[in-house]
Amino acid sequence: MKLPQLSVFLENRPGSLAEPLKLLAAADINLVSISLADTEQFGILRLVLKEWERAKAVLEQDGWVANVSDVVAVDVDDQPGGLVHMLSVLAEAGINIEYMYAFALRRNYKAVLLFRFEDPDAAIEVLKAANISIVQEADMY
Amino acid sequence: MPTIENHIRDGEEALPRDELAALQLARLRDVVARVANVPFYREAFALRGITPKSMRSLDDLRRLPFTTKDDLRRHHPLGFLTVPRDQLARIHGSSGTTGKPTFVAYTAKDLTLWSDLCARFLVAGGLKSQHTVHVAFGYGLFTGGFGLHYGIEKVGAAIVPAASGNTRRQIEIIQDLGAEVLVCTPSYALTIAETARELGIDPRSLPLKYAHFGAEPWTEEMRQEIESQMDLLAFNNYGLSEVIGPGVSGECAMRDGMHLQEDHFLVECLDPDTLEPMPDGEEGELVITALTKEAMPLLRYRTRDIARLDRSPCACGRTTARMSRVTGRTDDMLIIRGVNVFPSQIEEALLRVEGTTPHYMIEVERPATLDQLTVRVEVMPELLSDRMDRMQHLRDRIGKEILTVAGIRATVELVAPRTLERFTGKAKRVNDKRGKQG
Repeated sequence: MKLPQLSVFLENRPGSLAEPLKLLAAADINLVSISLADTEQFGILRLVLKEWERAKAVLEQDGWVANVSDVVAVDVDDQPGGLVHMLSVLAEAGINIEYMYAFALRRNYKAVLLFRFEDPDAAIEVLKAANISIVQEADMY
Repeated sequence: MPTIENHIRDGEEALPRDELAALQLARLRDVVARVANVPFYREAFALRGITPKSMRSLDDLRRLPFTTKDDLRRHHPLGFLTVPRDQLARIHGSSGTTGKPTFVAYTAKDLTLWSDLCARFLVAGGLKSQHTVHVAFGYGLFTGGFGLHYGIEKVGAAIVPAASGNTRRQIEIIQDLGAEVLVCTPSYALTIAETARELGIDPRSLPLKYAHFGAEPWTEEMRQEIESQMDLLAFNNYGLSEVIGPGVSGECAMRDGMHLQEDHFLVECLDPDTLEPMPDGEEGELVITALTKEAMPLLRYRTRDIARLDRSPCACGRTTARMSRVTGRTDDMLIIRGVNVFPSQIEEALLRVEGTTPHYMIEVERPATLDQLTVRVEVMPELLSDRMDRMQHLRDRIGKEILTVAGIRATVELVAPRTLERFTGKAKRVNDKRGKQG
């Protein structure tokens, strides 16, 4: 199951992270996860949220540039080697990970990993075949 | 500080004015005859009824058509040749206003003339055959490197063609070979001085005694700073590829204006709007006619350089008019680290990378001694990626394309949309902070 993720371009300066988040808060939009990739000069804010379409419209209305990409949420076994197993499955299948980040799913206090794959559909197939559990949209929000 | 003797290399530099005028008129008629096979001039001549014989006095120069960089672009690459292609001996290039350079061509005789003209100002500035000259100009399409190189060769001095880059190594070479003369841009001289100090070397202890600077505008204050920091005498010279390259004018021992080599160039100083002549001593655009070049003599080339003319006699004995330092431009060309850059080239580079032109701003600063070019580009929705490597790749590609099109390294900054200032009417895309900083 692919999840839509919003990416927002930010300049690396004081206050730039708060600005889009304030907008979303004012529109009463809740975030499921947030991650930030940054360089010295700019950053990319990545958001997973239920109302992503409305969030995108709210941001764009205010002049922000936001785009949508698909990520895959994986529920990794909470035991030593759980992540390693999953990564080796992907490596064997030749699936490349563009980037990943982790967040806690509040519903059951579980750790969930979000993966950005070049080809999410191929990755999902490989993970399913290896019986690795992919978090469904309903469980996320 | 070294001393300077007054030397004149060529008697033609000191002709009585009436003899010079007669020579100029003869040469003007000759060049009018020679360019008549260039379609651009042939058409203009037909419209204005211009023939060599119709050039009765030097005032008739004003009947000739102007030539602009745009005209050269429209006849790219070599539409202004007056000789068959097989007679060319060299082709150089300068920055074009878009992606392509403006090409200029030389016959073997042109190259001899060019080196003679460079030799004249080098000798005027103290060069002797026993000197060793360190040339830290780029060698390439740029006319600065080769122009000075062959001028020095003509004088008979030894050349160290160090070219540009790697300042530490350059200092070592200057020390090891004992060069008395330095050729580069004035800002690069300051970089040499600064780098020397970083290495614990007193720049005044370097063997350099004379320097010939060109390729970028500089000030009298900068001359004093360089001379006191490096204990040498610095001379200014001027030229542009379209006219011949360096060698159009240069300073003599008096260092009070650059002597225009009027036996080979007719120089006008015009109001850039009305195109009427400016009185001596007042600023105007230099418009230059090459009288003796063979391959590509341009008539009334609009240099876009602003300067003043001084026709009063000079104590050095030369009878030629002198021009002031270049104080500005009538177009938006920037000179960054000696490289001519047009904002339209930056636009072309962005167009090549992005397929469309985003909002951008060009900023030029001189934080220490060297100019720094920063291009700020607004990220458009179609360019945004959630992947950092793609964003960095985008930034790198813009930098590479600017280097390809404009020949200069730029710091590229991606900025958020709508953050750059918007303009109603003509956009002001350039913020040149040089000279405004302390």
